[in-house]
Amino acid sequence: MPDPLLSIRDLTVEFDTDDGVVYAVTGVTYDVFPGETLGIVGESGSGKSVSTMSLLGLIPQPPGRVVSGEAIFDGRDLLKIKPGELRRIRGGAVSMVFQDPMTSLNPVFKVGDQISEALVAHGHDEKAATVRSIELLRIVGIPNPDQRASQYPHEFSGGMRQRAMIAMAIANEPKLLIADEPTTALDVTIQAQIIEVMKKAQEETHAATILITHDLGLIAELADRVVVMYAGRVVEQGDVHTIFASPRHPYTIGLMESLPRLTVDEDWLRPIPGQPPSMISPPPGCPFHPRCFLAQGRNVCREEVPPLRPIEESAHLSACHFAEELVGRGSKLHETVEATS
Amino acid sequence: MSSSQRDLDKELYDSALVDGGKEIPEAIGMPNDPMIIAADVTLAYESGLNIQARSQWGYVWRRFVRHKLAMASAAVLVLIFLIAIFAPQVAPYRYDEIDLEALYSPPHFETWHLLSPQNHLFGTDLLGRDYFSRVIYGIRTSVWVALVVAGLSTVIGTAIGAIAGYFGGWGDNLLMRITDLFLTLPTLAVLLVAAAYLGQGDPLRVAIILALLFWTPLARIVRGIFLSLREKEYVEAAKALGSRDSRIIIRHMLPNTLGPIIVNATLLIATAILVEAALSFLGFGIQPPTPALGKLIDDGQSEGLKLWWLVTFPGLVIVLIALCINFIGDGLRDALDPTQRRVRA
Repeated sequence: MPDPLLSIRDLTVEFDTDDGVVYAVTGVTYDVFPGETLGIVGESGSGKSVSTMSLLGLIPQPPGRVVSGEAIFDGRDLLKIKPGELRRIRGGAVSMVFQDPMTSLNPVFKVGDQISEALVAHGHDEKAATVRSIELLRIVGIPNPDQRASQYPHEFSGGMRQRAMIAMAIANEPKLLIADEPTTALDVTIQAQIIEVMKKAQEETHAATILITHDLGLIAELADRVVVMYAGRVVEQGDVHTIFASPRHPYTIGLMESLPRLTVDEDWLRPIPGQPPSMISPPPGCPFHPRCFLAQGRNVCREEVPPLRPIEESAHLSACHFAEELVGRGSKLHETVEATS
Repeated sequence: MSSSQRDLDKELYDSALVDGGKEIPEAIGMPNDPMIIAADVTLAYESGLNIQARSQWGYVWRRFVRHKLAMASAAVLVLIFLIAIFAPQVAPYRYDEIDLEALYSPPHFETWHLLSPQNHLFGTDLLGRDYFSRVIYGIRTSVWVALVVAGLSTVIGTAIGAIAGYFGGWGDNLLMRITDLFLTLPTLAVLLVAAAYLGQGDPLRVAIILALLFWTPLARIVRGIFLSLREKEYVEAAKALGSRDSRIIIRHMLPNTLGPIIVNATLLIATAILVEAALSFLGFGIQPPTPALGKLIDDGQSEGLKLWWLVTFPGLVIVLIALCINFIGDGLRDALDPTQRRVRA
């Protein structure tokens, strides 16, 4: 295996609030390898965005606080370098696509100017940046890019704005692209287009991508490997086929079973019982134990935080004390994927 | 799905395919291919559906132009400013020139050549100086002072408000307490003291003293807007792109704050004219022989109200200028409000 492009070790991020300390991210560890797409899944509040935003210094501090951990990118620890250096990395070697294209573009700015700003901020001169920004708009499939570049965001549709955001993100040929729920704010047909654009952008730049989403379909479509997060922790990690075919964490199984299948008539979906835990006072032991079908009455689940450990000495990791009991328990989503592909 | 339903769907689908005898091109059903969509939109452009884009400022300008009162005020104000700028050409006399044949002369009108030295449209004072000419020169001084005050205090207020609002934290606290301090000062008393010790007489110094007292409301306004803009996704996006703080403030946030800043600056001009007039009237502003509107009123009232024209005409001009600027400010405020699509009369 090649050296990882980004390796996060034991990242812990907390937020001080009036109600107490929110443990948003606890001991998160994962690697991103060059050129791959890593999907991070989890429900809202599971810490998937915070874990990546904190790398780029984009969480408000205070109240946010990186308590511990390191994030080695290109030989440097992003959590320790000076703000000026981090600024040069942001939008340069590491760039982001945001969730809501409607509000992520400045309304008083021409779209072309906003894209060239990404270039100017990293040392290109204005003229070259203008030419390149039109080229970028063409790459992401905006028709009539030279006219469109001199229009304002309100003249763009939602899908086109997200294309423009992707153009900004790939402007400086990043090595790592972080897409934070890039399709959530769009309707389904546009989502399909944006996925195509994301694929194209990746081909263009050969960037590794971190895809943050709660859309398992998107993961199946784009990701090579998957990190499943729950309550600020990584609960399962592995390549996309393994995760879909033989999940080894009850939460992952629950996630997949709560989705409808297209191929079978289904009257009843099986949601995960209970609520996501409060991040101010997370349950002791395994954070998932109050909702877990394996945990019933077992003390170890309530008392010990399960470590992330390899399954059968492979690259597939699970943080469940009883992962072995899940052998043979395929996910029904996998059947769907097989049936449609 | 039952079979009858499937048939119905098929029927609907077929009927949708045939639209007025013409088949819908297949491309429309395929959202996945950017190139096909590109081709579609290109066609729309070429078929003459080209819509002229109007910029944000285009909208503002249109709304402002339709605001009749503001436009009329702007016209009057431009005329007054032109007269002030070209005072040496327009005024029949120099401001300190004495017409010994007309001392204590009430306004009188000899000829329709309004600017002829035979007229004393606003009368003369006890030295026989033509008050029309003195008022014109007075506008010049007062407006100049007002513009400097508005410009300077806008720059100070915007800078302090922007820095406080953008960075937050203890710097914000410090700057805002300083602002509070300035706000609690009794303006007139401070002005009188400051003017007496620092800058009596010289218009520029008077302007600077006024500016140092008038930046506070704008600082608070700008800070408030910056606090809300700071949380906007596009500011976060700009940060994620690696833009510098200075660039984010100047290029992303200031343009979104410009509306209130412009309105505030406009209204400040009016306030500055009034305060400068008050200051000069009290004898702490601009010193003779330089005429300023407040000073002219002061000169007039010391003669008693018998010489009513000495008080009335400079007073009317002050009121006119202040009114015009306030109307323009109203018009700008309406025009810059993006939620207001409808144009008021």
